[in-house]
Amino acid sequence: MSQEVKKEKKFTMTLPAEELMACGHLACQGCGATLAMRYMLKALGQKTVLCIPACCWAVIDGPYPYSSLDVPIYHCAFETAASTATGVKAGLEMTGDTETTVVAWGGDGGTFDIGIQALSGAAERNDDIIYVCYDNEAYMNTGIQRSSATPYGAWTTTTPVKHFKTRPKKDIVAILAAHRIPYIATASISHPEDFFKKMKKAKDIKGTRFFHVYAPCPTGWKSRPDDTVKLARMAVQNGYFPLFEIENGDKTTINLKLKERKPVDDYLRLQGRFRHLTKEQIANVQAEVDARWERLLKGCTV
Amino acid sequence: MKKVIMGNHALSHGARLSRAQVISAYPITPQTQVVELLSEMCADGTLDAQFIKVESEHSAMASCIGASVAGARAFTATSAQGLALMHEMLHWAAGGRHPIVMGNINRSMAPGWSIWTDQNDSLSQRDTGWMQFYCSSNQEVVDTVIQAFKVAETLMIPAMVILDAFALSHTYEVVDVPDQALVDKYLPPFKPAIKLSPADPRAFGGLTGAEHYMELRYKLERDMEKAPAMIEETGREFEKIFGRNLSLVDPYKCDDAEFIFITSGTAGFTARVAVDELRASGVRAGNLRIKVSRPFPFDRVREVLGKVKKAAVVDRNCSYGAGGIFYQEVKSAVYGRPGMPPLFGYIAGLGGRDITTDAFKEIAADAMAKDGPEEEILWIGVKK
Repeated sequence: MSQEVKKEKKFTMTLPAEELMACGHLACQGCGATLAMRYMLKALGQKTVLCIPACCWAVIDGPYPYSSLDVPIYHCAFETAASTATGVKAGLEMTGDTETTVVAWGGDGGTFDIGIQALSGAAERNDDIIYVCYDNEAYMNTGIQRSSATPYGAWTTTTPVKHFKTRPKKDIVAILAAHRIPYIATASISHPEDFFKKMKKAKDIKGTRFFHVYAPCPTGWKSRPDDTVKLARMAVQNGYFPLFEIENGDKTTINLKLKERKPVDDYLRLQGRFRHLTKEQIANVQAEVDARWERLLKGCTV
Repeated sequence: MKKVIMGNHALSHGARLSRAQVISAYPITPQTQVVELLSEMCADGTLDAQFIKVESEHSAMASCIGASVAGARAFTATSAQGLALMHEMLHWAAGGRHPIVMGNINRSMAPGWSIWTDQNDSLSQRDTGWMQFYCSSNQEVVDTVIQAFKVAETLMIPAMVILDAFALSHTYEVVDVPDQALVDKYLPPFKPAIKLSPADPRAFGGLTGAEHYMELRYKLERDMEKAPAMIEETGREFEKIFGRNLSLVDPYKCDDAEFIFITSGTAGFTARVAVDELRASGVRAGNLRIKVSRPFPFDRVREVLGKVKKAAVVDRNCSYGAGGIFYQEVKSAVYGRPGMPPLFGYIAGLGGRDITTDAFKEIAADAMAKDGPEEEILWIGVKK
């Protein structure tokens, strides 16, 4: 007993203990998006307003009149996360609140697809909001349909095995970088300290800040709920989802440098959505990941 | 202060005098002057507001909603295709109870491309839960914007102030621009009971099951039912301060009329010229201008109709397969009520075609000659 207490004392907290997300939410087991929200709120704190469009989190939060979050939320229309957040920021400023951080929090469908116009508009105007896309690589809330964030090779209910997705995932970070906004970061729920640090940094920057957060979805990926963090970590370590930040559209910094990248094969094999892929097709995925990694190294200033 | 201004600038001055705090808009002909003047006012400090120059009307309404739920007074203006693009967000604004005021310039829907007036754009949004005010003078535009904010913020229901493309939007008239101090007396700052605030964290508009949804809509309808009395009350209050009444309907020579035109928008003033000419030739004509279409002023319309022998509803719109929309509404107002006159439904002036005094006289001659309408939809001025 006394030994255990001693051990606890040695444990160092790398993230604040304060929780702005309560239990009782409606996420599936092993939901990556839920961890993403927890970590983000730990970094941003209570003075935060969320605009959440149609996405898993529109449900996870809890039905009316409940909420599992201790920050105010506006549930907005699917394609309006960015434009609603812009309005909220303007409204808060005009009523004397210049401190609160306004966050648009959408899934990949709401960001890569239907919400990209509003996001591009906000980014071009450099509206003072943080836009976070938690990416689970398909329309999971409606039952696993492909989005433009769905990667090459993946099965979804609208890309059945016989006609799996053969086009690559849209490069949303490059699109945002082309808007030359002050801050862009990728983050993963497997690397909470890195996510926390970058979110803290973003909080103090004025203008449009964009986060692309990798959030595995056991329900849609046909993976084990207890593999969620493992899968996210593997994706970072094999270069499938590298961690980096881009300042003002051109200064790229790789946050986790990979001396030796592991092959993507093991990562794909843990997910039912890639089960049908042949060796050649897996080689295609590897080639795409390699090419992207090389492009990232080229653009990197550090 | 009296000024000669265009209808679009009347909207801008209405927003300025109402001290709108967030304006979010996208340009569309024939609305552009509304937002051009507001941009200048925001830039030179005449108006202390943030102007968000969005990339679409859909985003314009979304950011007005965001601003409103954050506790700010929000204004926008649009027309036709822009209003149609906003459609989803109009439901959102009303369903979320965000008292935004929007100017809409009535413009015909494409295709074919048209920039000229008719009412199908705004009437297509009839069932979104917005109040709709159809104006017929620039004075009425500036006054109505101010009144609309007052009614909207009391009931937490958004309001649309509507004017005809070019016939009003680009027509210059003398307007008595209200004094700011008097407007401040009439319209207090917007202080919603609840708003997005980290000090009082609430979730707005979350997943609502069948056990709650219907009550939210019931409350919207019941509050909308309070709007007619509130529009009249705030109209009288407006008259006390500014000397001009703002009502639900505007009857002209209806008291002794044997025949009236029922109109909305600028066509009403042409109808009045026809009324005077008909009276000179011995026909006791009148005009009932319906200013507010949502909430529909059932009582006021029935009061006038109870006094007349025949009425012709002149619609600058068409609900395809059912006919003129105001005609349908007026018919529903009189259905099953004793002592109501026969109603005739005419469609005229689509796509900006002029509704002339001769057209009104043609309508009068047609309706006066018959006991009742021989067809459900009667077309005036159409090349058959």
